[in-house]
Amino acid sequence: METTPAVSAGRDGSTAVTPGGDAPNELPEALTPEQLAAQWEEEKPPAAGPLANAASSLVVLGVGIGALVLSVAMGLGTLSAPQPGLWPFMASCVMVALGLFQLILGRHNRDAEKFTRMSFAPLIGLATLATMVALMPLIGFEIPALVLCVIWMKFLGGETWRSTILVSVLVVVAFYAIFILALGTSIPHLF
Amino acid sequence: MDFLNPVINGFSVVLEPMNLLYCLVGVVIGMLIGVLPGLGPAATIAILLPLTYGVEPVTAIIMLAGIFYGAQYGGTITSVLLRLPGEASSVVTVFDGYQMARQGKAGTALGLAAIGSFIGGTAAIIGLTFLAPLVAGFALDFGPPEYSALAMLGILLVATISGGSKAKALIAASVGLLLATVGRDIFTGESRFTFGSIQLADGIDFVPIAMGIFGLGEILYNLEERHRAAKAPSKVSNVWPSKAELKHASGAIGRGSVLGFFLGILPGGGATIASMASYAMEKKRAKQPERFGKGAPEGVAGPETANNAAATSSFIPLLTLGIPANATMALMFGALLIQGVTPGPQLVEQEPELFWGVVNSMYIGNILLLIMSLPLVGIFVRILRVRAAILAPITALITLLGAYTINNSMFDVTLVVVFGVVGYLMKKFGFEPGPLVLAFVLGELLESSLRRSLLVFDGDPTGFFTRPISATLLAVFVLVALMPGIRSAMAKRKGTTAASASAGDGTNNDGANNIKEKV
Repeated sequence: METTPAVSAGRDGSTAVTPGGDAPNELPEALTPEQLAAQWEEEKPPAAGPLANAASSLVVLGVGIGALVLSVAMGLGTLSAPQPGLWPFMASCVMVALGLFQLILGRHNRDAEKFTRMSFAPLIGLATLATMVALMPLIGFEIPALVLCVIWMKFLGGETWRSTILVSVLVVVAFYAIFILALGTSIPHLF
Repeated sequence: MDFLNPVINGFSVVLEPMNLLYCLVGVVIGMLIGVLPGLGPAATIAILLPLTYGVEPVTAIIMLAGIFYGAQYGGTITSVLLRLPGEASSVVTVFDGYQMARQGKAGTALGLAAIGSFIGGTAAIIGLTFLAPLVAGFALDFGPPEYSALAMLGILLVATISGGSKAKALIAASVGLLLATVGRDIFTGESRFTFGSIQLADGIDFVPIAMGIFGLGEILYNLEERHRAAKAPSKVSNVWPSKAELKHASGAIGRGSVLGFFLGILPGGGATIASMASYAMEKKRAKQPERFGKGAPEGVAGPETANNAAATSSFIPLLTLGIPANATMALMFGALLIQGVTPGPQLVEQEPELFWGVVNSMYIGNILLLIMSLPLVGIFVRILRVRAAILAPITALITLLGAYTINNSMFDVTLVVVFGVVGYLMKKFGFEPGPLVLAFVLGELLESSLRRSLLVFDGDPTGFFTRPISATLLAVFVLVALMPGIRSAMAKRKGTTAASASAGDGTNNDGANNIKEKV
């Protein structure tokens, strides 16, 4: 099953696309499955170093230990008369043990991806989503949704202003028609 | 013919116009999403879960099933035309499918895939019709100990068979188990991990978790990648394969149906493994294996048949045991729970209309798939040109607004965003999201049956080994858990294993041992 990396890489096709900041050069067409798998492997985002692996293991450990402490506080009881904390205690023990294992033996794994310049895009995306969640109850969904569309299409997606504005307005109008007029949902709306 | 009565009644359920309509809608949405770049079937189903609230359980599942196998076929189209597998289960189709397209036989490849999918799917439904009641009948005797063992085995298999690091997959699963404990303890009524929040007192809903981790997480992840503008795909003509080509591929289709059916039933199995196994088998069986990778029709027909057969048969463990075999089935499980239907051995007996309605809708879905896919290829090719930059905000908005409509609460929307971040980070750091969602769905069942069995055994964990079925399941559990360790030990003796590989393998062993000890 040496092709497994290619499978995980090609999950949605997007990973088979040149990622990272490199210009997407037209690659020569791969001929054999082996070449194709190798090419996908090459096009995968750069792998993160041991530091990122250690950090993720530490987060796992932290969450695990937190859950462990909280479940002990809930009371464990005995196997025949378990208290509410027993089952979360078992699950968090597994998590802590695996976190430790990952910290020590998994630090050279290469399955984590490096954060690149491109990683700002999801960060900006997240900021717009969070803003939308914060503003929706106050001013309705229309304006935040329009702003979100514009930011995602123009600045994250590199669309032209013309298509950005056209599509954004269409999208908001369509959502208003579907969710408010047709389905009559109680989504906070301004108009 | 008493056995067949409910089966036939199931057809009358499917043929209700509402259900037919939703089946059609599901298949179309599935195909569209399968063709569009970015979202896989699991993400699609997750994002569209709120749609199922307002409709009958049968209708909801019929639509979701339609999305599932529609996406299965949609992924094929991009594999063949653009060399971009729409999803993991059509990766191997790229090898020969794209080569066929380059030789001007794109239509033949797509036609073979459609016909193979139809035959594989239909064969699997027939198998399901006969096998499912048997399995359900067998499982009726299952008590809490068997369910604990089965749920643990299911989670372990899904975590170990997934692509990436097994330790990370198991960590994701344990997070899922912990998330499932948030809220009131069903036995004592005490609050767990609620941190004083009233909204968390009833536990976290499945839908925000699924929508966040599968849906929004994937959307955020895709933002990071620059999508190569889809170059205009080659013109597709003559979709119907010739008689000679069909005859040539018939063996591959037959073998793919059988292989896919059986691989789909196994927990942790499913469409991806089935398609890869079928490709490997066809290549091995071929008289001239060197033709593979250069446009061999069997290399398209076999895997495409197998992945559809597996997609269908993976409904068996879900509908008869209540154990989802993979992440997508975990979503189906969640969708059924929302509808107040608990999948399990009683389903066939207690809700024959639902059970047979869903099963029989698959025939209709497959027929729809076949009659729509061939003539509509041209339209799908045009859809391929929709740019990801335009699609991303639309899907993000659908997710947010959809999440709001579940309970009319902003809290759910906030949860979706939070789990979206979790899902994105998991993908970045190589943690599979599937095991988390699966473990979350099974968490409550696992905890309650574990606690019930311990009550029965009076707190003695060895009691699990006094019952034959739970003992067998646990033995398999231990075997699966130890397998990578044994394998890497043997490989080490041969001195061929790289240090990193053995580290990854040993992980699973250790983690599973830990689960074992705790039980």
